[in-house]
Amino acid sequence: MTTTALAQDRSSSVSLSSRLETDRILFVVGAWALALVWLLPLLYAVWTAVHPSAYETRFDLLAPLTLDNFVQAWNAAPFARYFLNTILLVTMILVAQLVLCTLAGFAFARLEFPGKNFLFTLVLLQLLVMPDILIVRNYATMSALGLVDTILAIGLPYFASGFAIFLLRQTFKTIPKELDEAARIEGCSLLGLMWRVYVPLAKPTMLAFGLVSVSHHWNNFIWPLIITSSAETRPLTVGLSIFATTDSGVQWSIINAATLITSGPLLIGFLLFQRQFVQSFMRAGIK
Amino acid sequence: MIKREWIHAWLLLAPALLLLFAFTHLPAVQTVFDSFWSTPRGRRPAVFVGLDNYQRMLADPIFIKAMVNNAIYALITIPASIALALSMALFVSGKIRGRGTLRMAYFTPTVLPLIAVANIWLFFYLPGFGLFDQIRGLFGFGPINWVGQPTTALYAITAVTIWNQAGFFMIFFLAALQTIPESLREAAALEGASRWTIFWRITWPLIMPTTLFVSVNATINAFRMVDHVFIMTQGGPNNASILLLYYIYDQGFRFWDTAYAATLTVVMVAILCVVGIGQFFLLDRRVHYR
Repeated sequence: MTTTALAQDRSSSVSLSSRLETDRILFVVGAWALALVWLLPLLYAVWTAVHPSAYETRFDLLAPLTLDNFVQAWNAAPFARYFLNTILLVTMILVAQLVLCTLAGFAFARLEFPGKNFLFTLVLLQLLVMPDILIVRNYATMSALGLVDTILAIGLPYFASGFAIFLLRQTFKTIPKELDEAARIEGCSLLGLMWRVYVPLAKPTMLAFGLVSVSHHWNNFIWPLIITSSAETRPLTVGLSIFATTDSGVQWSIINAATLITSGPLLIGFLLFQRQFVQSFMRAGIK
Repeated sequence: MIKREWIHAWLLLAPALLLLFAFTHLPAVQTVFDSFWSTPRGRRPAVFVGLDNYQRMLADPIFIKAMVNNAIYALITIPASIALALSMALFVSGKIRGRGTLRMAYFTPTVLPLIAVANIWLFFYLPGFGLFDQIRGLFGFGPINWVGQPTTALYAITAVTIWNQAGFFMIFFLAALQTIPESLREAAALEGASRWTIFWRITWPLIMPTTLFVSVNATINAFRMVDHVFIMTQGGPNNASILLLYYIYDQGFRFWDTAYAATLTVVMVAILCVVGIGQFFLLDRRVHYR
C-alpha cells in the first residue's frame, strides 16, 4: 500500500521542486493567517481600550491615544478589591493543593496499604466529575457550613485536586527508591524524607501544576458567581461580568479596558514567561 | 511494622480524601438521591416523588433543546478544535520564521478568562458596527444580529469556544510531534513524498493516542465551558443557545428548583461517566497512565 503510493509520487516528481515551493508558501501563509485571526480579538480590544470611544468602530491610525478608559473602568467598580480577592483566592487554593496533594501523592506512590487501588480510582474519578458540575449540592453544603459568600467557600471544593495527586504520584514514582532507603537509614522520618528528598525533586512538576492551577482559578467563573454575593468576596471574573452586564449605558471602550485590566496580570505573566508557561502546560498535560 | 505503614498512608491521605469525598463523591451521590425528591419550599419539606422529576424532564422542551444544542455544540467544537490545534502544532513544530510569535499568538486565548473574552467577542458580533458586520458591509451585505437571533446565537458561542481552547490543545500535539523521529520524515521526503502524504502516512497514525486524549478533553469541555453564555446570550434568544450546564444553573439558582436541577445534574454526570468509560476502552492505558 505504502510502496504503491510512494511509486505514484515518484512518477509525478517532474515538477517536484516547484511543487515543494508552492507547498512551502502555502504553509507559511496559512500559519500567519491563522495567527492573525487568533490575535485579532485581543488586538481589537487593545485598540478600542486605548482610544476615545468615538474611534470604537472607526480605524484611524492617527486617532489620539488615551488611558482614560482604564481610569474610568477602574473607578466605576471596586476592581482593587476584586484583584485582592482573586489573588487571595488563587494563592490559598495553590498552597492548599500543593500541601494536600503532595501528602496524598506520596502515599499513593511509595506506601503499600489496603484499598490503595480503589482509593486511587476514586481520585481519578474527579478528573471526570469535577466540582464545577456539582454546583447545586455544593452550594447546599456551603450554606450548611455557614460559608456562603466567603473566599474560603470559593476555594474549598478545589483544595483536593485529583489532577495534582495524579501528577505528583507520577513524579514521585520516577524517583529512585535507593534515595529514600539511604535517607531512612540515616534516621529520617517519613515526613522528613518527603520534605528533604521528594519535594525538592518534584519542583518542576509543582511549578508546572502551579501555573495551570493559577490560570485556571484566575479564570474560573460559575462557582464563584454562585457562592459570592458581595464586593468583599467577588473575584475579578464575577466583578467583570456584573460590571459589563448591569450597566447597559457603559461604553464599549470602557468595557474593553475593564476586560484588559481583568486579564492583564495573567497575560503579562504569560508574555514574560512564555516558554515556561507552554512547557508547564505540556508537562502537566502529558504526564 | 506493616501495620505502621498502613496507618502512615491513611494519615497522609486523610485530608485530601476527606475534601475529595466532601465536595465530589458525596455530592454526586446525594444529587442522585435529591433527584427522587421534590424541592423543599418554605415550610413544605421535600417529599419522595419517585421518578416524577425525570418524567418532567423528558417532557420539558427546554431540556430537550439544551440537549440538542449541547450535542451540536460538542459535534462542532470537538472536531474543529482538534483540526485547528493540530494545524497550529504542525505550523510551529517545523522550521518556520517567527516560530515564537506564532506559538504565542495561538496560545494567548487560553490564558484569558472566558468571561472576559466574551465581552470582546460580543463587540465583534455587534450588529452593524462589529467587525463581522463591517466586513460584510464591504461586500454590500446588511447587518446581522449574530447573538440576538435564534439561527446564529449558538454558532456565535461555538466560535468563541473553539477560539479559546484550540491553542491549549496545540500544546499536546506539539509534544506528540516532538516524539516522532525526524529520520522518518526525512526518509519520506527523500522518497519525494509531499507534506500531505507524510502527514497522513506517518504523522497522523503516530499521534493517534494524543488525538484520542485531546478528544476526551474536548468532549468534557463541550459540557463544561459555558461561561461565555452568561455574558453573550444568557441561553437566549428564546433558549436558542441554552446548554445543559447553563440550564442547571438557571433551574438551581434562578428558579431555586434544586430538585429539578439535581435531576439535570444526574444527566450531566451520566454523560461524563460515559465519556470516561469510552476513554478507558479507547485509550491505550500505557500511554497516559504509565
